[in-house]
Amino acid sequence: MLQRTLYDKLWDDHAVHAEDDGTTLLYIDRQLVHEVTSAQAFEGLRLARRKPWRIDANLAVADHNVPTTDRSKGIDDVVARLQIETLDRNCEESGIVEFRMNDPRQGIVHVIGPEQGATLPGMTVVCGDSHTSTHGAFGCLAFGIGTSEVEHVLATQTLVAKKSRNMLVLFNGRPGRGVTAKDLALALIGQIGTAGGTGYTIEYAGTAIEGLSMEGRMTLCNMSIEAGARAGLVAVDETTITYMRGRPFGPGPAYWNRAADYWRTLRSDPGARFDRVVEIDASQIVPQVTWGTSPEMVVPVDGRVPDPDRERDPVRREGMERALTYMGLEPNTPIESIRVDKVFIGSCTNSRIEDLRAAAAVVRGRRKAQNVKLVLIVPGSGLVKRQAEQEGLDRIFRDAGFEWREPGCSMCLGMNADVLLAGERCASTSNRNFEGRQGAGGRTHLVSPEMAAAAAIEGHFVDVRRWR
Amino acid sequence: MDKFITHQGIVAPLDRANVDTDAIIPKQFLKSIKRSGFGPNLFDSWRYLDVGEPDSDNSGRPLNPDFILNQERYKGASILLARKNFGCGSSREHAPWALCDYGFKVVIAPSYGEIFFNNSFKTGFLPIVLPESQIDRLFHEVFAFPGFRLTVDLQAQTVSTGDGTAMPFEVDAFRKYCLLNGLDDIGLTLRNAEKIRAFEDKRRLAQPWLFGAIV
Repeated sequence: MLQRTLYDKLWDDHAVHAEDDGTTLLYIDRQLVHEVTSAQAFEGLRLARRKPWRIDANLAVADHNVPTTDRSKGIDDVVARLQIETLDRNCEESGIVEFRMNDPRQGIVHVIGPEQGATLPGMTVVCGDSHTSTHGAFGCLAFGIGTSEVEHVLATQTLVAKKSRNMLVLFNGRPGRGVTAKDLALALIGQIGTAGGTGYTIEYAGTAIEGLSMEGRMTLCNMSIEAGARAGLVAVDETTITYMRGRPFGPGPAYWNRAADYWRTLRSDPGARFDRVVEIDASQIVPQVTWGTSPEMVVPVDGRVPDPDRERDPVRREGMERALTYMGLEPNTPIESIRVDKVFIGSCTNSRIEDLRAAAAVVRGRRKAQNVKLVLIVPGSGLVKRQAEQEGLDRIFRDAGFEWREPGCSMCLGMNADVLLAGERCASTSNRNFEGRQGAGGRTHLVSPEMAAAAAIEGHFVDVRRWR
Repeated sequence: MDKFITHQGIVAPLDRANVDTDAIIPKQFLKSIKRSGFGPNLFDSWRYLDVGEPDSDNSGRPLNPDFILNQERYKGASILLARKNFGCGSSREHAPWALCDYGFKVVIAPSYGEIFFNNSFKTGFLPIVLPESQIDRLFHEVFAFPGFRLTVDLQAQTVSTGDGTAMPFEVDAFRKYCLLNGLDDIGLTLRNAEKIRAFEDKRRLAQPWLFGAIV
């Protein structure tokens, strides 16, 4: 039989029906639902008098709009409140399980899926959110969809789709101290560009990936969409299996061995063909900092803001000039001299326990710099928050003058009150540095949790490899 | 969904690469639970000089005179000409909803964010891919000639200029069929309901742990 990639296997395993031109009806095992992209889908079902196909395939949570401050009194923002109440009502009426805002399991949809075992190897996982690529870390095919497709999955448990091409990204060697999965992701995007993965599903492999924890693999797969790829994948290994053990929605003891045996087959066959292969020496990667308004506008922390005068392509040059104006930066400025006003540690990219531990290790016994107005630490879920508190991480952050908040998407996209004001500069562990992403006129620099924490202490970017 | 067969209209040029869906419709407007009404906030942070809020009255807001959609010559534009990787970023279908609600029927660019591209077809809005060289030429022409129009013929898969030059484009056969007939694909998929059930039954036997856990 033909050697197949992991993506080929996952695709074949979910194809209900395929037309001659490759248009495939793809079975969806799991849909994660949140408040922002589901209301219109449920409304569509109601209007067409349709019912959800399989209620137990869904798990819902409110994360984008929720406040990260005291929630006991509900939500002040009436528009946001209505959207969350609409999700509550839709789940209640349909019978879909929802973790409500004050449920201790509530959190960012891409954090709670794996945490609860709602995401399992070998699944197809969709959600009305582009960062659904996160779940590919578990050897499952996971990608973001729009609201019409959310409705389609609710109504039919399938999607009409065409297969992407296969890309292999090999991270060889081992990343040095202070270099994280976030830096691997940003370095890749810097190399192939934000459209480099368009039309592909990316499989990440190589010694650097084998050495990553599940948290790190999630960070990397999360940012596949920033490289243009709807889905990113990592093969199943013992790290994956160990993580899955004992998850509430995972296979119980009755099925555990059978499930684990199957999961171990979820890897590309030796010699399987990829349409494109990108090789990166992970040992050469330096902590990354974005300087512009697209994740591909990224440089190593020991570098400088690039000079548009050296860019030949006119569309790119104008893009760089526009980005520099928006970011309030001069060409050739050393990255380490850039001062920050706010720091955000959180988001579906970097809000898991390991991220918080890494940030806390940098912060322990220190205080935030005078020029830093606000440091927000937003755990990815209620369970991450509880774990961090049991380990005393919250004390380390509070003692440093940081704010310890309730879980949610928060300042990654600023749909709630956590926003940058115009002109404010932020070191952020999130995934997008688009204009206005964290607040109108706000200036975002994407970095790892260690780099964000160190910037909070020093008041400007520092190279965590040398800084202690 | 409305049928899309042919369309002729004024072209507005958005001359920047990597226009993301946050720029197309900023997050504060995503709190709405409706599919309509996003048009006045399309490109909100580029179009207005102040910051828009979901419930604000947009009629009195200060306009950014430099932004293309505020320029007299592009009034009533229904075809957007854009650069590479248009619609990258978030999966919000509010982006094509906002473009449609404003009055756009077509966007022409060298490449797209995949989720945006996919979502557009569900909205009855046609994203067309043309080679970069043709896009360059179209930008020159639209800047040079006020009132520059294009005709899009989905059946023939062509974009034509007033002088009769026709540029062919590719479109997926299934998506074309849905657009031409104004079909929503849920109804089409449900014709395969028996196949889906049979597939599901086999899956329940092979991987029983995938079923019944979240109840």
